[in-house]
Amino acid sequence: MRYLPLTPDDRTAMLAKIGADNIDALFADVPEGARLSGPIDGLPTHASEMAVERYMRSLAAQNLSAADAPFFLGAGAYRHHIPATVDHIIQRGEFLTAYTPYQPEIAQGTLQVLFEFQTQVARLFGTDIANASMYDGSTACWEAIAMAGRITRRDHAVLSSGLHPHYVSVAKTMAKYTGDTLDTATPELLATTDDDRVIAGITDATSCVVVQYPDLLGRIPDLSRIADAAHEKGALLVAVVTEPVALGLLESPGALGADIVVGEGQSLGVGLQFGGPYLGLFGAREKYARQMPGRLCGETVDADGKRGFVLTLSTREQHIRREKATSNICTNSGLCALAFSIHMTLLGGVGLDRMARINHARAAKAAARLAQIPGVSLVNDAFFNEFTIRIGCDAREAALRMAKNGVLAGVTMGRLFPGQDALSDGLIVAVTETVSDEDIEALATALAQEISGDAA
Amino acid sequence: MTTYFTKDHEWIAVEGDTGTVGITQYAQEQLGDITFVELPGAGDTVKKGDAVSVVDSVKAASDVYTPVSGEVTANNETLEEAPETVNSDPETAGWLFKVTLSDPSELDGLMDESAYKDYVASL
Amino acid sequence: MNAPNASGWKPQMGPAGRSETPTSSGDMALNLEEPLIFELANRGNCGVDFDEEPGDISPALASFARKSPVDLPGLAEPEAVRHYTRLSRQNYAIDLGPFPLGSCTMKHNPRLNEAVARMPGFADIHPLQPMDTVQGAFAVIEQLAEWLVTLTGMSAVAMSPKAGAHGELCGILAIRAALEARGDKRAVILVPESAHGTNPATAAFAGYAVENIPATKEGRVDLEALKARLGPDVAGVMITNPNTCGLFERDMKAISDAVHAAGGLVYCDGANFNAIVGRVRPGDLGVDAMHINLHKTFSTPHGGGGPGSGPVVLSEALAPYAPIPFVRRDDTGRLRMVEERGAKDLLPDSFGRMVAFHGQMGMFTRALAYMLSHGVDGLRQVAEDAVLNANYVLRSLDDVLDAPFGGSGPCMHEALFSDAGLAEGFTTLDIAKGLIDEGFHPMTVYFPLVVHGAMLIEPTETESRAGLDRLIASLRHVVTRAKDGDEALKSAPHYAPRRRLDETQAARKPVLVWKGDPAPAGEPTRSETGGR
Repeated sequence: MRYLPLTPDDRTAMLAKIGADNIDALFADVPEGARLSGPIDGLPTHASEMAVERYMRSLAAQNLSAADAPFFLGAGAYRHHIPATVDHIIQRGEFLTAYTPYQPEIAQGTLQVLFEFQTQVARLFGTDIANASMYDGSTACWEAIAMAGRITRRDHAVLSSGLHPHYVSVAKTMAKYTGDTLDTATPELLATTDDDRVIAGITDATSCVVVQYPDLLGRIPDLSRIADAAHEKGALLVAVVTEPVALGLLESPGALGADIVVGEGQSLGVGLQFGGPYLGLFGAREKYARQMPGRLCGETVDADGKRGFVLTLSTREQHIRREKATSNICTNSGLCALAFSIHMTLLGGVGLDRMARINHARAAKAAARLAQIPGVSLVNDAFFNEFTIRIGCDAREAALRMAKNGVLAGVTMGRLFPGQDALSDGLIVAVTETVSDEDIEALATALAQEISGDAA
Repeated sequence: MTTYFTKDHEWIAVEGDTGTVGITQYAQEQLGDITFVELPGAGDTVKKGDAVSVVDSVKAASDVYTPVSGEVTANNETLEEAPETVNSDPETAGWLFKVTLSDPSELDGLMDESAYKDYVASL
Repeated sequence: MNAPNASGWKPQMGPAGRSETPTSSGDMALNLEEPLIFELANRGNCGVDFDEEPGDISPALASFARKSPVDLPGLAEPEAVRHYTRLSRQNYAIDLGPFPLGSCTMKHNPRLNEAVARMPGFADIHPLQPMDTVQGAFAVIEQLAEWLVTLTGMSAVAMSPKAGAHGELCGILAIRAALEARGDKRAVILVPESAHGTNPATAAFAGYAVENIPATKEGRVDLEALKARLGPDVAGVMITNPNTCGLFERDMKAISDAVHAAGGLVYCDGANFNAIVGRVRPGDLGVDAMHINLHKTFSTPHGGGGPGSGPVVLSEALAPYAPIPFVRRDDTGRLRMVEERGAKDLLPDSFGRMVAFHGQMGMFTRALAYMLSHGVDGLRQVAEDAVLNANYVLRSLDDVLDAPFGGSGPCMHEALFSDAGLAEGFTTLDIAKGLIDEGFHPMTVYFPLVVHGAMLIEPTETESRAGLDRLIASLRHVVTRAKDGDEALKSAPHYAPRRRLDETQAARKPVLVWKGDPAPAGEPTRSETGGR
């Protein structure tokens, strides 16, 4: 067994040292009825590296990977080019096989990365501070709602209809058990976001309003107007960013008045990975630091006066505060945070700006091309790298047929809102720097065939 | 002014109908370096035994229970910037909050200084 | 002779002994300091090239556009590689040596699993692709689910929880949903005092009041005290088995039976499943829900603090309340992801969604590769070797360290010691820091809370006998120093990249982001000049 260093002789000698007759003696505390005498039935026995690799490759081959098709899916997970440097560095054993930095003297590598990461996220979001990351955007979003409740001592949140439906769904699950009430709505295929509805919903009992920026359909809500309306009633604005590359071009939510900004960091460094592991980003005003969930890394000095970093404010956390903790979260997405940070360090502010402009230009080109197709109408006025079109027929069926013909056309509203007839012809199209002119043409051709075929 | 002590290592110094509450020298020694103090707000109504304040050290967060019921009239804002005062002067400058007693008879069950000293010695 | 040895080079040893002269750079040979990127980098630089020039911003977007780029420094690729490589060398890691953190299970991370997770068919697929284009991904989830259900003897498994604590939340929400479905509003979750802090935090996060149950002198749950507390207000118990003292809860079945008889449900914290995998099925002990940390038992890398993955196995009683989404095979044999709508028919009592998309796919592929490599026979051997190694450590140290539960029989996968017997003024922390100087990562310290100055050592099956002997020798040496009152130990570590850090200052005046002066804008940069 290639992962096990003990030899049979070792085991015999060690049992002798322990004073046990055999290995079963070490499991004597297991009640007799629960002891298994041999390997469990129904599962395979050990296999070589070659055999495992071959088998896993056969499963991977049953998937159509994004690189093998014109690819336009987004809606909370985006495909960007990741510099090769990122994957090289995150596979260094000193990062990959380290634990949570509880012994800071021998974990300064991880800790300094987290400090740099926190600074990068805070600057990107326009917040004073950021934490060392959460599981993903959807869980970070709920944590933000819970945090706003702690700060305002209120339990009613207003969610914009442009918030990703999975994020809404997660919040609904948690709210059922915490007693919070959520004001939610289904999105409509309109050019404008539902800022008016959100603002009208704010009352003296509102803890926060939650607004995605850009939203699910790629539209851009007026955050500063919503922030003013929220603050007037003593509520907080929670901004949700599922595509951080957008902030290379768009004004940061913090600068527009958001009190807490959360997001999904998967776009930078992490990759698609079929939905996980991803990277929850979490920034806030400094005065709320002690209400934040999750790990925080802070600067300090060592006994010789040298600068160093430690995990700090841990009295907020479960391992100390137990049932009074700000959250039960007990980890972060360390390796994903490292990947994000490396990618961001390679880009810098200038590179992110450039990447964002290219994304936007490519999306604008695609939108213009698709809008030429008879039967296609563009929903958005404004968008960053993702927009929504209506195709006049069931988009989910069309997307499946296009996929069979080798074009991954976008995320359908029908997948996200099944059974909602008014949304069934909606298709969310994301266009990043990875999309070529040929890809856009392939999508346009496939879509035109779908629409004309459907009409025929 | 009379000072009373609780088994949870709070002290309360009572003058007229106002009590000033803090944690004892023994408590601060047990906690170690104090990093943050969360205080009740002026105007809060509190009930004897409520956890109304939290004193944090690096590795522990300890609730402070109010020894009496009443209304909080002030909190020690200087601790926000200088929580270490609770280490250096726990029973004077490191006070936490002031409370107007709604039921002075609640003081009856508390210890005086010598009884508290005996109690600490027994721990 | 014509110019003998013109280069002047002759091997010279120089005198023995060390120089006390500090270096001008602050670095010392391979011990390299590294500034922050904000101090290193030119704000205008960039380490990524693009194939096209950025286009104009569409007029509709203009009013939303930021005035200037985000104020973040960029590094050229060689600078970036060096920055992170230099930082990496300030980390201890399982790849460097034993990492005996009790309850954390730092075992070898096979590189095959990394290669598998990076196959484009797994790494480069979108979670919302048409289902027919991701049948292989669904197959991974289905097969991993089957392994987990079979190894634990349970009915079902929820795959989406993102980490152990998230899995705990899943289990507790399932319990709450099940109780509420029968109109039973119970408000209390019981947790042993030796539990990890996450247990009570989770119960509270899910809206429950938390009460502690005491431990016996043997370090196990006090069954009689537990029974006495059970009643119509108790929703369930959260029990870690093997427990945080490294002991198997002998009374687990009796505990489950008592809780069930009182109308409650049993959550098992599966953080320590690695000790019993292949030898015991929690389903045989009456457990209703248990999370499995794939990064512990099934070796997905810890990555300096995540990402984790925490699937939750469920009993028949709880399976109807499992979260969405989940994978099902339809009548035609195709695998499907059942989401909000489909669940209305297939799992109407589901408590709902916990996370966007479907869980930690990148961890599923690694864990499945690990399971296939070991096979069911190898996994049993994993548990046996982990337990054997821990008992070897226990019996190799119990003459110099106090083992509070050493008399109650063998331990499972971790050995627990206390600080009793150290010289006055010496603490568990000193032992930990002394071990750093010896070239090892310390054990878990001050946990579980039920033992004063706890030291919890989990060697895992990864350590060879010779490796264990080296760890044991170093531990004995450091413990002896602490018993002899060696003052230098109190200021250890002396040889690590940093000495002890001032955590009080960090917490009193938190500095959570860099606030120094920004690096000056330098020469025109490549991106500004448009060059590549």
